[in-house]
Amino acid sequence: MSELTSQKIPVTVLTGYLGAGKTTLLNRILSENHGKKYAVIVNEFGEIGIDNDLIIGADEEVFEMNNGCVCCTVRGDLVRILDGLMKRKGKFDAIIVETTGLADPAPVAQTFFVDEDVQKNARLDAVVTVADAKWLSDRLKDAPEAKNQIAFADVIVLNKTDLVSSPELAEVEARIRAINPYAKLHRTERCKVALSDVLERGAFDLDRILEIEPDFLEAGDDHHHHDHDHHHHDHDHDHDHDHGHGLKHYHDEDMQSLSLRTDKPLDPTKFMPWLQNLVASEGQKILRSKGILSFSDDDERYVFQGVHMMLEGDHQRPWKDGEPRQSRLVFIGRELPEQTIREGFERCIVA
Amino acid sequence: MTEFDSPNPASIVSVTDQVRPIAIGAPVTAAYFLGDQAVFVGAEENVFVVDGEGTSSAVRVHDGGILCSATDGKRIVMGGDDGKLVAFGGGSEVGLLATDAKRRWIDNVALHPDGAVAWSAGKTAFVRSEKGEEKSLDVPSTVGGLAFAPKGLRLAVAHYNGVTLWFPNMAAKPEFLPWTGSHLAVTFSPDNKFLVTAMHEPALHGWRLADNRHMRMTGYPGRVRSISWSAGGKALATSGADAVILWPFASKDGPMGKEPAMLAPLKARVTSVACHPDQAIFATGYEDGTVLMVRMTDGAEILVRRNGGAAVAALAWNAKGTLLAFAAEDGEAGLLPL
Repeated sequence: MSELTSQKIPVTVLTGYLGAGKTTLLNRILSENHGKKYAVIVNEFGEIGIDNDLIIGADEEVFEMNNGCVCCTVRGDLVRILDGLMKRKGKFDAIIVETTGLADPAPVAQTFFVDEDVQKNARLDAVVTVADAKWLSDRLKDAPEAKNQIAFADVIVLNKTDLVSSPELAEVEARIRAINPYAKLHRTERCKVALSDVLERGAFDLDRILEIEPDFLEAGDDHHHHDHDHHHHDHDHDHDHDHGHGLKHYHDEDMQSLSLRTDKPLDPTKFMPWLQNLVASEGQKILRSKGILSFSDDDERYVFQGVHMMLEGDHQRPWKDGEPRQSRLVFIGRELPEQTIREGFERCIVA
Repeated sequence: MTEFDSPNPASIVSVTDQVRPIAIGAPVTAAYFLGDQAVFVGAEENVFVVDGEGTSSAVRVHDGGILCSATDGKRIVMGGDDGKLVAFGGGSEVGLLATDAKRRWIDNVALHPDGAVAWSAGKTAFVRSEKGEEKSLDVPSTVGGLAFAPKGLRLAVAHYNGVTLWFPNMAAKPEFLPWTGSHLAVTFSPDNKFLVTAMHEPALHGWRLADNRHMRMTGYPGRVRSISWSAGGKALATSGADAVILWPFASKDGPMGKEPAMLAPLKARVTSVACHPDQAIFATGYEDGTVLMVRMTDGAEILVRRNGGAAVAALAWNAKGTLLAFAAEDGEAGLLPL
């Protein structure tokens, strides 16, 4: 990204349902000797066992923007705290925002899209979700927040794996993958994960976000990862379907993901209006969207990411010699209008 | 960097050679005058006092970021992320006014001409009268801004979805002026007839206090971070656009149904405005470092600082209107005697 982007302070959003182990991870980040200094915005003081004047308590105050966009909610407290923290630039390397277990990650993420001052100074590095291997499957059934947190994640720390059997672990991973096959998943005990796997991922190379985990691919899931010419594919087959690789496959009832790709260039005059219209009309259903785009007559990669109705995008870098100029997009959401999205996308491809 | 970009560069009067440059050497967020002494508030830890030769010396006021500041001309009161509220009256003495019991950030401060001080931490607004009597009020969400009414002891507390008007010395329930959205800075017009907030979104909102009629002041490309009443309160000068937006408040209807004046347009966002204390002149600073003085009546401009530096973070006039101080975000500052 541009020099300006690299000067922005990376912000990691740490989510996870109650009891999953967020505080354990946070305490590890703060106590480990990594030579970095983090400012941490926590929802509850006192849980953190470390004395640090850069730990700030937040109130999770969400407000609606007056811009006619029904899902444009923003964390006002975060705007204020980030503004205050910027006065101490140079005293810390990165920021971690912890959300409460019951929080919807959307307002936090949207704060990084709508607030001009936040955008100027900070960038959303990754949403890291800590999940409890023992209880997540249950929570996905009864807690919509838990499902949102999985759907929003760039990185999932599947914790307490020592408390479950390997079939149980396979079960919960399949549940996670049914919602979000694109997040990087780490299996941990007591949140023992290399901090470099969760922090300062540098938007973690959008390339990798868009790659489905290799083991997931091996299981032969071409529902989520499927080419446009695969029209004969039967979509109903993967309800709790064992592919013989020991990995279960679920189709989550209300949360899906959808990936699109093409090797042909996209027409920017068609694609951009299409994407904007799509998120404007279906944004309530689309939790997250991201993509790498190859436009016709454009030697630079264009990258975008979105939360509900909000999008941000920019040219990232020139395409490298020999790099396939492929466009890839993913959408994660509820009741995604798959056919409409696929057809709309097809129409943006330069014939 | 490009040359100063004015529609008619040859005709602009420049006083840049009369500016006494000051190197603060640290990021600056606000400027004030205590008498004729310019004081610059740093982003963290220190204020910087400038002597007659233009040399600045640091005085430590906080153990961390300085989040808010206000002056009554005699002292500067500041709140910090160290949970402290301190007063600086010149010299080297710093008075500790309050320490938050939970060491929360002190987000806002306001001063009353009679000596009362108000501050906020989280959802709680505090008032201490000149006699030292302290009271507090909890509002529904974090306080975005505080302002004392020009008459009587009345405090406006801005928060989500409106402003609470509180008479700390009265038992009556505080009055609530609702308007959806997040309200940040708040200010009374000098004649006490209007209340205006700068919102999180790029807009101002106002109420005519006689009947609480709403005044929507929208159309800004960016958030309004700097507002200043003109001498006598006839106009409100604001940042947030590529020109200074001047809302008319001379009539009893305020800006209702009227267009604002747009003065001093440049190809750069206005970051700071400060009206002269008794003449129809304002100083304005831009994100490209430019500082201008502008006559409100005809928009005539005088160049105080060329573009090319960091964004202008602070402007201040002394009470007599004979000195203008400015500072950029990077600590490059200046003093202009008039």
